[in-house]
Amino acid sequence: MSRIEAEVGKPKGGLMKWIDDRFPFTSTMKYHATEYYASKNFNIWYVFGVLSMVVLVMQLFTGIFLTMNYKPSAAEAFASVEYIMRDVEWGWLIRYLHSTGASFFFIVVYLHMFRAMLYGSYKKPRELVWIIGMLIFLVLMAEAFAGYLLPWGQMSYWGAQVIISLFGAIPVVGDGIVEFIRGDYSISDITLNRFFALHVIALPLALVGLVFVHIVALHEVGSNNPDGIDIKKLKDEKGVPLDGVAFHPYHTSKDLVAIIVFLMIFSAVVFFAPEMGGYFLEHANFEPANLRATPEHIAPVWYFTPFYAILRAVPDKLWGFILFGTSVILPLFLPWLDRSRVRSIRYRGWLYKMALTLFTISFLALGWLGVQPAEGVYVVAARIFAVVYFAFFLLMPYYTSIDKTKPVPERVVYHD
Amino acid sequence: MTDDEMDQIDRNRRHFLTIATAVTGLAGVGLVAVPFLSSLKPSARAQALGAPVEVPLGSLAPGEMVRVLWRGKLVFVLRREEEMLKLLPDNDDQLKDPHSEKTEQQPAYAANEVRAVRPEYLVVEGSCTHLGCAPIEDFAVRPADGWNGGFFCPCHGSKFDLAGRVFKGVPAPTNLRVPPYRFVRDDLLLIGQDTGAA
Amino acid sequence: MTKASAMNFGLPRLFLIVLTLVAGNAFAASEIELEKSGIDPGNVNSLQRGASNFMNYCAGCHSAKYVRYKTIGKYLGLSDEQLIDNLMFNAEKTFETINVSMQPEDAERWFGTAPPDLSLMARARGADYIYTFLKSFYVDPESPTGVDNTVLPGTSMPHVLWSLQGFQNAVYSQHEEKDAEGNVVAVTDHFEGFEPVTAGSLDAEDYDEFVKDTTNFLAYVAEPVRSDRRKLGVWVLMYLIFFLIIARMLKKQIWKDVK
Repeated sequence: MSRIEAEVGKPKGGLMKWIDDRFPFTSTMKYHATEYYASKNFNIWYVFGVLSMVVLVMQLFTGIFLTMNYKPSAAEAFASVEYIMRDVEWGWLIRYLHSTGASFFFIVVYLHMFRAMLYGSYKKPRELVWIIGMLIFLVLMAEAFAGYLLPWGQMSYWGAQVIISLFGAIPVVGDGIVEFIRGDYSISDITLNRFFALHVIALPLALVGLVFVHIVALHEVGSNNPDGIDIKKLKDEKGVPLDGVAFHPYHTSKDLVAIIVFLMIFSAVVFFAPEMGGYFLEHANFEPANLRATPEHIAPVWYFTPFYAILRAVPDKLWGFILFGTSVILPLFLPWLDRSRVRSIRYRGWLYKMALTLFTISFLALGWLGVQPAEGVYVVAARIFAVVYFAFFLLMPYYTSIDKTKPVPERVVYHD
Repeated sequence: MTDDEMDQIDRNRRHFLTIATAVTGLAGVGLVAVPFLSSLKPSARAQALGAPVEVPLGSLAPGEMVRVLWRGKLVFVLRREEEMLKLLPDNDDQLKDPHSEKTEQQPAYAANEVRAVRPEYLVVEGSCTHLGCAPIEDFAVRPADGWNGGFFCPCHGSKFDLAGRVFKGVPAPTNLRVPPYRFVRDDLLLIGQDTGAA
Repeated sequence: MTKASAMNFGLPRLFLIVLTLVAGNAFAASEIELEKSGIDPGNVNSLQRGASNFMNYCAGCHSAKYVRYKTIGKYLGLSDEQLIDNLMFNAEKTFETINVSMQPEDAERWFGTAPPDLSLMARARGADYIYTFLKSFYVDPESPTGVDNTVLPGTSMPHVLWSLQGFQNAVYSQHEEKDAEGNVVAVTDHFEGFEPVTAGSLDAEDYDEFVKDTTNFLAYVAEPVRSDRRKLGVWVLMYLIFFLIIARMLKKQIWKDVK
């Protein structure tokens, strides 16, 4: 149903009519909620999109309140975080929500991306949805990285030192770029100040804009489903897809349950384990940045470690940087690397199933290896898993085209 | 039971559950709002910085005034001369609130003719009750203008007498505010606290 | 206390501390196995004793500059008067933070490095670290302070608690590493434990308690809201469970339509 048809609904009056004459409120609600039809057989993998949205809103909200008390200067940043934790009434809760939210953002986004790989959600006609999503992921990484410098603890400082130094690997212009990013000869007050600007204004603005476009693009083509079937092919006499149910109230009521379960897990961490054993809040970051001594054991926060492990697996600075960058960018090309005729893993052959399993194992293993010391058997393992990681993408055109697929049914599989 | 009856039961149940969910959700939002709004209150540090301040009075000569800051607010401490005190009642009929009847403008112990604990010392916030500018002292007595000395606000011309009482016909609505204070010793004033041991 | 009784008590416990000194690797020296502190954050008496220990023995050099006396008082059930009389040697008002009178520049000149602020030490290094550290000073004639520490080798901190613990020696045994032909390729120092040299005013058990209380207090000041947050967490989860039940019933009801 087009937008114009949707507008010609039942007669309206009063305030709603007044608004609708001036702003497409009712029609927008219909288009995006009450008459946006998504498959009825969504499973648990389909909740991570809305959960990402929940976390985004939570981060924006807690972030605003943190900004009211945080001081972006090298002399005051660390103390201002402790000020929030101790002197500001409820400041500790706001800070823990934000720090825990950062980690959970990546958990839900990684699962959201994995869903797309399970059910081929990036395939035609959803290539743009996927590309915008990847851009969101890149901005999110930058956002998290900039945010991690702000507490100005030991890990903030030395983590930023390592990652920014990466750009020094670029031939000729590398050192210039590093200096340009820092705005100084080392990471300093100036760097902190500009990272603060990026973290609280520039990147969140980009994030919100991209998320908006992501959803607009999705609603243009419609949501995929676990069977990878185009539900718009079969419609009833009113033009409603036979296998579709309205986003509101069906998916909203289902998503609400998921959101509450998510909040339970999230609260359990915030209230009972906000440090999460040193993975969400690293122990060394409770010491103020000390320019004269690197902590003995330095690793980025867990959500960067898969890529960091790839970087360390390469015994060459430039190639390490190139492979690190490539590993982050590669998923962007999935829509064209995947030659399979079917979308969902349910109808794919054993080759893709095996490839995805190996990929998942490699990604998790790389994540684990990223926090281990870079020596001996760990480096060897990281190299093996890095090869698997790249092979998954680079060999994809080959194994997906020869993979034996199963016939896709007309209707989605739905158990009442 | 017919299908229609079934539908009716379902509809009632759905209606009830929708409301219950909405109420529970809104209650949750309300509870979440509490910590966020509380975080905007003065923090422990602000409270520490806003602690009472001591003003030594030993070096304050009659007719002299000092300006001190308490919680970042300007406070005038004026040691009034006998003459100044004597002229105060003459202003009464030109004032908006000569008898300090607006209770929120001063603690009970300063709600008297001279608006002070000890008549000699005037302690008022140096913040015009119109829009918060700092009044300027003008202690010269000019009988021709009917001026017995007082304060004059440079922003919008409000006038107050030497007890911080506001004159009629000026924008400021009330007398200057008297902060809580007490005398720790004869020569030591504590602004910001009027009870308990030091 | 006799030397023998200290050894009887000390050795079975101290065998837990195993120092893996890899020859030629100075870094590994700090990889000592930490003793479990066994602190009880809910034990207010222990925290009160710890607060007093901290103020008497630590706060001369170490600040806890993010911690306000008032906050401590509230949690430990101490009135303003009790705080002023028993804990506040460097401050006059209870809303002040725990500062030291020593200037950082002076400290750096005297000790080589300024004594670190202890507000967050328990979060940065862990309670077990502090507990083990305070028990691991040993006599080292070559060190300027006359002592060194197995947990933080080369520390510039003197053994402040010597009058309580007394002095002790670190005992090492040597292990020879041999290759296939039986030639010695490396000799490894193996940390065995401590051996008392002089007795302090506390016996080993009381000293352990002293250190434990102090550690408990430092763990508390590292995150004063810890117990509040846990209590609140229970309520939040109970609310969410209730919300979940209703939301799930609503979802089931709505999805009845879907065939």
